[in-house]
Amino acid sequence: MDAFTTLDGLVAPLDRANVDTDQIIPKQYLKSIKRTGFGDYLFDAWRFLDQGTMGMTPNERQINREFSLNLPEYQGASILVARDNFGCGSSREHAVWALKEFGFRAVLAPSFADIFFGNCFKNGVLPITLPADVIEGLFQRVAAGLTLSIDLRAQTVTDGEQVHGFDIDPALKEKMLHGMDDIDLTLAEASLIRSFESGHRQRQPWLFRD
Amino acid sequence: MSAEPKTLYDKIWEAHEVGRRSDGNSLLYIDLQLLHEVTSPQAFEGLQLAGRPLWRVDANLATPDHNVPTSGRELGFDGITDAVALEQVVTLDKNCKAFGVQQFEILDQRQGIVHVVGPEQGATMPGMTVVCGDSHTSTHGAFAALAQGIGTSEVEHVMATQCLVQNKAKNFAVNVTGALAEGVTAKDLVLAIIGRLGTAGATGHTIEYRGEAIRQLSMEGRMTLCNMSIEAGARAGLVAVDDATINYIHGRPFAPKGELWNQAEDYWRTLVSDEGAVFDASMTIDASTIAPQVSWGTSPEMVAGIDEAVPNPKDMSDGVQAESTQLALEYMDLQAGQKITDIAVSRIFIGSCTNARIEDLRAAAAQIRGGKVAANVTEALVVPGSGLVKAQAEEEGLAQQFIDAGFEWRSAGCSMCLGMNPDQLGEGEHCASTSNRNFEGRQGYGGRTHLVSPAMAAAAAINGRFVDIRNTQHQQGGAA
Repeated sequence: MDAFTTLDGLVAPLDRANVDTDQIIPKQYLKSIKRTGFGDYLFDAWRFLDQGTMGMTPNERQINREFSLNLPEYQGASILVARDNFGCGSSREHAVWALKEFGFRAVLAPSFADIFFGNCFKNGVLPITLPADVIEGLFQRVAAGLTLSIDLRAQTVTDGEQVHGFDIDPALKEKMLHGMDDIDLTLAEASLIRSFESGHRQRQPWLFRD
Repeated sequence: MSAEPKTLYDKIWEAHEVGRRSDGNSLLYIDLQLLHEVTSPQAFEGLQLAGRPLWRVDANLATPDHNVPTSGRELGFDGITDAVALEQVVTLDKNCKAFGVQQFEILDQRQGIVHVVGPEQGATMPGMTVVCGDSHTSTHGAFAALAQGIGTSEVEHVMATQCLVQNKAKNFAVNVTGALAEGVTAKDLVLAIIGRLGTAGATGHTIEYRGEAIRQLSMEGRMTLCNMSIEAGARAGLVAVDDATINYIHGRPFAPKGELWNQAEDYWRTLVSDEGAVFDASMTIDASTIAPQVSWGTSPEMVAGIDEAVPNPKDMSDGVQAESTQLALEYMDLQAGQKITDIAVSRIFIGSCTNARIEDLRAAAAQIRGGKVAANVTEALVVPGSGLVKAQAEEEGLAQQFIDAGFEWRSAGCSMCLGMNPDQLGEGEHCASTSNRNFEGRQGYGGRTHLVSPAMAAAAAINGRFVDIRNTQHQQGGAA
């Protein structure tokens, strides 16, 4: 997994609450057996006016010029600012793969849905929870070409003179800072798992079919 | 000497906690992983690339469901015209064979929606931890199993380690007092709960559904209820074990037999929250006050009773809520103040992991009463949750009732719940759907979904618009 330490980037706004993962990456683009190839279809029904299919490139499509991510001032943005409960709905990790491939490495919102939040940390995309009034302030200034500096180690988002601290689970922070592989970490405890498993088998033998 | 009272969630968690790390996260042992074709290929590939084996082959069970077509099933793989969908279904088949995972493949009568198949086979048992790369895994909580949807990286993690790394969630009690009225179902109950809680109301919590109304629900009803826990933000929902749970599992193919059954049953009977157990949050709802529900918007929290009207954003004090409502009304092409019974529908979908079990099909068929699908309804689909549900419905004569009334009778799969297969809504079409999500475009590009119970969907098919099935029942009763 890619590590995340610091990020200086342009901010793009998505001014909607309860953005679900069906919006982030619609179902017709889930028919892939790979982890890549989703970026062109991020927020597909909002970015484009026509109905797309897997394999189409953005220059074959009818662009929705009014959608925020298509506005010239937000091109090249790597930080997305959004409203409450971002990433709700389906567990599809494809949503995070699409955001990352499109160029987003951080999402800032007052709250996130659980499964999406966890999926971000598996892919080096940092979800940052900030108070609603701070997010509101970012929305108000974003049109002027807002850039932010994110420092994961210091747990800060710096907006010019203003520095906003954020909370993060220390374990998730460590993993992101070092780009650690979750499976390797857990397999280091394999003997503990084996020993639990043999006790579990004795207590609930009906759970084992072999 | 008395131990501290525990919730049902606490008990299952503690029985599976392998260890706690210094950072506060726990390793949680997983008893069953269900696999389907959309979220597993990248996980199998990751495993192969790293040269890792499956930790426990017998703890995995697979079936293709999301993008299998619901017609032409006898053709097997050849019936899948979409090349990319075919590649996913074939990849699942190859992976299951390569790793030795049991699969109910496309031509197996036991094939179906994973969340219908697991309980139907008795593979889902009380006290288990269950995961699947699908957010509606919460369904299995009906059996007092801690069942959660996970992302593909976590699917691979469970394949390789039989564990999830997790922080324990908080406990949320949803107390349902009273009794549901005639014609009001578990679907209406859960929609009403989500309407009150909001789609993020239970984020970070495991819900336990409690109270007299829950005890009265069948296992099918409890599955419908737990299925939509994720729509209130909760990864998992639970119902405590009682006679209904035990009776449902007994004799199913994966269920323990003989002495092992007795041993299991003794343990399963302990899977209830202790008297005095403390919940971090709670809500109480009186079941008798709930009307049949219809969603009018683009989020499952946007619901109203059949006797109500579409809300007006101007009446809302919260600016973000008013804006969301306005956007939803525009997408749905509805007017503020419009009566729910004035919403016409042109498509009907009866199916999905929420409502495609035999009881759902019986409730839907009971609304037909010799009627025909209305002229303005261009397609009314009935899609059983599994091949076995399909066979049972045919045996009971339900299938013929649907066909005679003008419904289409299909083969098992996720179908139009998420339109990854040929069953999709057209742009602008309003659909009465027994599925779980009314998100923009979920059932097809530009499609307009109204979430309802199977009985409400069938009644809408016959009338071409939403009707209050309580009144219909009353009239029928009067005429008899």
